[in-house]
Amino acid sequence: MSILVTPQTRVLVQGITGSFGARHTQLSIDYGSLIVAGVTPGKGGQFFEHGGKKVPIFDTVAEAMKQTGATTSAVFVPPPFAADAILEGVDAGLDLVVAITEGIPVNDMVRAKRAMLGKKTRLIGPNCPGVVTPGEGKDSHGGCRIGIAPGYIHKKGNIGVVSRSGTLTYEAVWQLTCRGVGQSTCVGIGGDPVNGTSHLDVIKMFNADPETTGIIMIGEIGGSAEEEAAEWIKNNCKKPVAGFIAGATAPPGRRMGHAGAIVSGGKGTAAAKIAAFKEAGIGIAVTPSEMADTLLKMM
Amino acid sequence: MNIHEYQGKQLLAQYGVSVPPGEVCDSADAAKKVAEGLFAKGEKLVVVKSQIHAGGRGKGTFKRGFQGGVKLCKTADDVYEKAKAMIGQVLVTKQTGPDGRLVSKLLVAAAPEIKKEFYCAVLLDRESSRPIMMVSTEGGVDIEEVAEKHPEKIVKETIDPAVGMMPYQARKLAGALGLKGDLIASAAKLLLGVYKTWWECDAAMVEINPLCIIVGPDGKEAMSAVDAKVSLDDNALYRHKNIQEMRDLAEESPLEIEASKFSLNYIKLDGSIACLVNGAGLAMATMDIIQHFGANPANFLDVGGGASKEQVTAAFKIILSDVSVKAIFVNIFGGIMDCNVIATGIVAAVKETGLKLPLVVRLEGNNVVAGKKTLAESGVAIITGDSMADAAKKVVASVKA
Repeated sequence: MSILVTPQTRVLVQGITGSFGARHTQLSIDYGSLIVAGVTPGKGGQFFEHGGKKVPIFDTVAEAMKQTGATTSAVFVPPPFAADAILEGVDAGLDLVVAITEGIPVNDMVRAKRAMLGKKTRLIGPNCPGVVTPGEGKDSHGGCRIGIAPGYIHKKGNIGVVSRSGTLTYEAVWQLTCRGVGQSTCVGIGGDPVNGTSHLDVIKMFNADPETTGIIMIGEIGGSAEEEAAEWIKNNCKKPVAGFIAGATAPPGRRMGHAGAIVSGGKGTAAAKIAAFKEAGIGIAVTPSEMADTLLKMM
Repeated sequence: MNIHEYQGKQLLAQYGVSVPPGEVCDSADAAKKVAEGLFAKGEKLVVVKSQIHAGGRGKGTFKRGFQGGVKLCKTADDVYEKAKAMIGQVLVTKQTGPDGRLVSKLLVAAAPEIKKEFYCAVLLDRESSRPIMMVSTEGGVDIEEVAEKHPEKIVKETIDPAVGMMPYQARKLAGALGLKGDLIASAAKLLLGVYKTWWECDAAMVEINPLCIIVGPDGKEAMSAVDAKVSLDDNALYRHKNIQEMRDLAEESPLEIEASKFSLNYIKLDGSIACLVNGAGLAMATMDIIQHFGANPANFLDVGGGASKEQVTAAFKIILSDVSVKAIFVNIFGGIMDCNVIATGIVAAVKETGLKLPLVVRLEGNNVVAGKKTLAESGVAIITGDSMADAAKKVVASVKA
């Protein structure tokens, strides 16, 4: 098994006709993922064509689900409309919504998260690279790629990767793959202050997944999600975890690219997070070049 | 985005928050005129406040020697004198750094008699993904110090975004501040207005410090937001045209403004090794690894996911206009984007800018072999690194040599 998605997961893309959504839908189709529908209001009845595949486009998520059996969506809708798109997916009863969109107003997400209370849908993101469960083919072809991560850097295997940052996830995945070590699932939870799924949520899933034998957790300055995950790992996690925290050199009070990456009021420092990791027995990668090696030494 | 105190108070006043009457001025003459109006209405004291984004204004020093960026005055002539000493001058505070900030606007406002000072702020609580309002009886001081030494003196109320802040919550907080009688209603109205400002304006933080019990010209006690700091969620500015117009470019670093024109996310730091990286997480990690090997980063620079030749060239120009830069570290993990396109961009940028400083490039990802070939055959002096650590060591060595 993997977590969140398998190569059989049927995926629809909200915002499939925008340039960003279209480009990454093509790449997911090339990777062999099951992209079964697109949703763009007003373009229902048209098709998204790529590589000999014809993906039907629907006006609503509910209609797309009904006609194609999609259970998961990728959201590429522009920021002003993204919270609405997420909640449409929740209302339609999707299992999983992966919001790639960067730049959604914080209050839109505050409201969306409140509206999701008690609903069955899980949200990953926003402002995230997405989720990849590698496949068995060449360069991990045939896996489920939702989002914007490069598929070919992956390899099917047993390490779970969770991170707020896209490129640092790729870095960790590539380090693993170059050492012949594959991944069960790689999850980018996003760099925004309000997100649907936390480090801890993903760590719990990896801990429960029989296929996952080790975990790399990548964090960054801001908030206290890494500390919460570390606390749980200390008492509950049965699997080795290696971690890296980015932003030790970031000046306080400045937002480092990601909306959530900010040390304010002395809270959310890299030093505090690294201390929490150590306390929890998480292996610390001293530099980002050593993420894979740190984990492999523990296994 | 940060805005000035006077702009923050304008927003607050729109949502029913009581602030001391006053006006913003850009000359000593205008300041005098505003002061005359305030004294004529029965005010006993008027305050002249330098409008810069940094804190610590009251204890700041102007480069010309004049002490204090906030002054209390008893006459309009005094206001004129103080305004003349401040306007057009550079104020240095503990938050501005040694360069200070040019004061081009002054807030001239009533300075009512203050009976008691409190603290109030609204911000996002990341753990619950909901807004919280915090109040404290310890007003007028550094709240971070209060949080550290007397956390019990900070009272928090979580707000359900589905219904917004309820009046009972505001009364609860007023009670926590020890307010009685008519002041409870006065405080509740003010606190609800502060929350409304935060929510409706898409603020990142609204801070009222101090929030005061004042004695009005009529002798009655009331609540008033004597100072205000408002910062806004950049992602939501598109839907607030009035707030966009409050942006003060003079308060921002010219290099950061230039970078934003090319969709580059640049933050200047104090070190000697400039970084050019794709992705915010990797950009932070690159700064960290430079420090790990014994040097300091000169900047944070995220070129984003699709770095074009134009962006790379603009990034090089911005990096090179920082005179403390002694070497450049390009760290790209081109997952989707073509490393050869990046390599071509780097070579073009080096040629166009006539780069003389050591340049270390670490390229990884899509079409990396072609990219490395382009760098090797360019005739440009480029040091390449195989891994991030290898490249970081090389760039640190280049500035230590």
